[in-house]
Amino acid sequence: MPAALDLDHLVQPDRVHRTVYTDQAIFDLEMEHIFESAWVYCGHESQVKEVGQYQTVQIGRQPMVMVRAKDGQIHVLYNRCPHRGVQLCGSHSGNTGSSFVCPYHAWSFHLDGKVRAIPLIKGYEGTRLSTDDPDCNMARAARVESYRGFVFASLSPTGPSLVDFLGDAKVAFDDMCDRSPEGEVEVVPVCHRVVQQSNWKFFMENQLDALHPSVTHQSTGVSARRVEKQLKEKEGSAPLHFHYLSTFASSFDQWDSVQTVNFPHGHGILKAYMGLRPTDPDTQEYEALMRKAYGPEKTEEYLSRSIHHVLIYPYLSVQSPLQQVRCLRPLGPDKTLSEIWHFRLKGAPEAIYRRSMWYFNLVNSPATMINADDLENWTRGQNGLQSKGNDWVSFHRNMGGDTEKDGVLYSNNGTSEVVMRNQFKAWRNYMSRAQTPATA
Amino acid sequence: MSQTQVKQALGSGVVIEAVQSLTGAESIAPDHMGRSRQSAVGYVPQSVNIDPGLLRQVELLLTRQAVLLDARRWSDWMETFTEDGIYWMPAAPEQTDWASQPSIFAEDRLLMEVRANRLMHPNAWSQAAQWATHHLLGAVIVEQASADALSTYTPFQMMEVRRDKVRHFGGSYRHHLVKQADGQWKIRLQRVDMFNAQASYDYVIQAWV
Repeated sequence: MPAALDLDHLVQPDRVHRTVYTDQAIFDLEMEHIFESAWVYCGHESQVKEVGQYQTVQIGRQPMVMVRAKDGQIHVLYNRCPHRGVQLCGSHSGNTGSSFVCPYHAWSFHLDGKVRAIPLIKGYEGTRLSTDDPDCNMARAARVESYRGFVFASLSPTGPSLVDFLGDAKVAFDDMCDRSPEGEVEVVPVCHRVVQQSNWKFFMENQLDALHPSVTHQSTGVSARRVEKQLKEKEGSAPLHFHYLSTFASSFDQWDSVQTVNFPHGHGILKAYMGLRPTDPDTQEYEALMRKAYGPEKTEEYLSRSIHHVLIYPYLSVQSPLQQVRCLRPLGPDKTLSEIWHFRLKGAPEAIYRRSMWYFNLVNSPATMINADDLENWTRGQNGLQSKGNDWVSFHRNMGGDTEKDGVLYSNNGTSEVVMRNQFKAWRNYMSRAQTPATA
Repeated sequence: MSQTQVKQALGSGVVIEAVQSLTGAESIAPDHMGRSRQSAVGYVPQSVNIDPGLLRQVELLLTRQAVLLDARRWSDWMETFTEDGIYWMPAAPEQTDWASQPSIFAEDRLLMEVRANRLMHPNAWSQAAQWATHHLLGAVIVEQASADALSTYTPFQMMEVRRDKVRHFGGSYRHHLVKQADGQWKIRLQRVDMFNAQASYDYVIQAWV
């Protein structure tokens, strides 16, 4: 990396320098100025229903813990004992009881992070440490907010509110929750965790990249299409899950007709293409429940939003019509963990849950026939970007061919690389804070 | 410190004779609410005796399905299943139903066909890299037996090489086997409990385990 971060050089309107994917120093700056500053998804309220229930979560490089306190409030705390630094929660999830107790020297903390007891407290008499000192508490995330049950934390005391940060992309959570006759979702307690040997940006770009599916996923798409066709010929219809896979092998022209919507802060939407509103009896039963809850007009609004998935930059993909969430936790410039969750629509029939579960099983499980080829591409991308053969990553496609309205960029071609150009606009904006270091 | 001073310093000490009723951690937070005792986990198979000839037949079938996977003979492997056969890898050991809870694999014969065809497709890009698996099965335990149905439990280990990386998986198979009209046995259910099912996966699992 150059001594000073030269953003004009690294990020140009139509191309970016390969080192933004490979360089450790740039990665460290991303952690500090993006992930440890923006609102980061911690989990869903239903993951910590009971008092003392916790879920550990990585925000940038910071090990954090989300916990439910006695008064029902959810706190996000640094998972570190103020005494000697030992992590207080040692598992992904669990119940810590009425307090956190450090396994090293039994310092204990209330569920809001305040120190509860220190053994042999007399030992601190005459020192500068006392239990009134806030440094004796578990530190808290600067800000915690939730939107429709989805909990976010920001480690920066300043910046936009959660709703301002999400902007129009908050429709991700509205679309998911509105599909429940009760307006709420509940987590399914299975988290698939898959590591990609590549930079987090590969995932984010890929999510709205409509040019790749029919190439990358050809093998799975055509194999599913063959079975789907056979079933339709033989039995008149085929289960929707074959369609989940077969649509990946649609033609370039078909993909080019699927629009992307690109918001400020790098968020975006890939509009719907799978036709997820069949007319079978299960769907009819479900839609009747929806009409009963919301009336015909609202029901129509809720069920006809054109969304395949919504991207919350820089780390979250929300597939609201199928109630799944993929959350990135960058581990290094060339290593990224994704945590993949499924949600149940409260009050919806079991058949509706099962139908979306098939997508979770077939596309988002660790045995996915889809991401097998995505992850392969990204590994080869990460390796390829080590090459000095060309310093640039190209985002020229349909440049200048998109429509801008009120700060939102609509692609006129689904395969436009406006997605990446918009994400890097946000990236640049975050990283510009790294340009004026205090030592300069 | 002089030698005498050291001698004096070490000349007295404490002997903890009786342990107090409250340990350090207990005296600070005596209630363990929520932090319950660690419970037993896993599945312990029961066992019944069957005719040694039949047992041998079962061992050969189960070994054969694993060898066929390693040999990438996908179609032959699928033929070890009945027409209504299911391959299931639960996401958690306590799961009991392949159709109502999220799984790592949950495939009937039609989905198996999709996966097999994908794996053989010339543009299955992820298959371009060097890739192979090797299974090792432990002793087969027959859990239940009737004239035309058997339930078995078999521990396994599997190694996989991809590019230059080796991954190691282990777990147990629970098979439901049914006797066919021709006297041969086939798999109606292959339940695969990966002991590391809930650990993170470095890359994905491309083929059946």
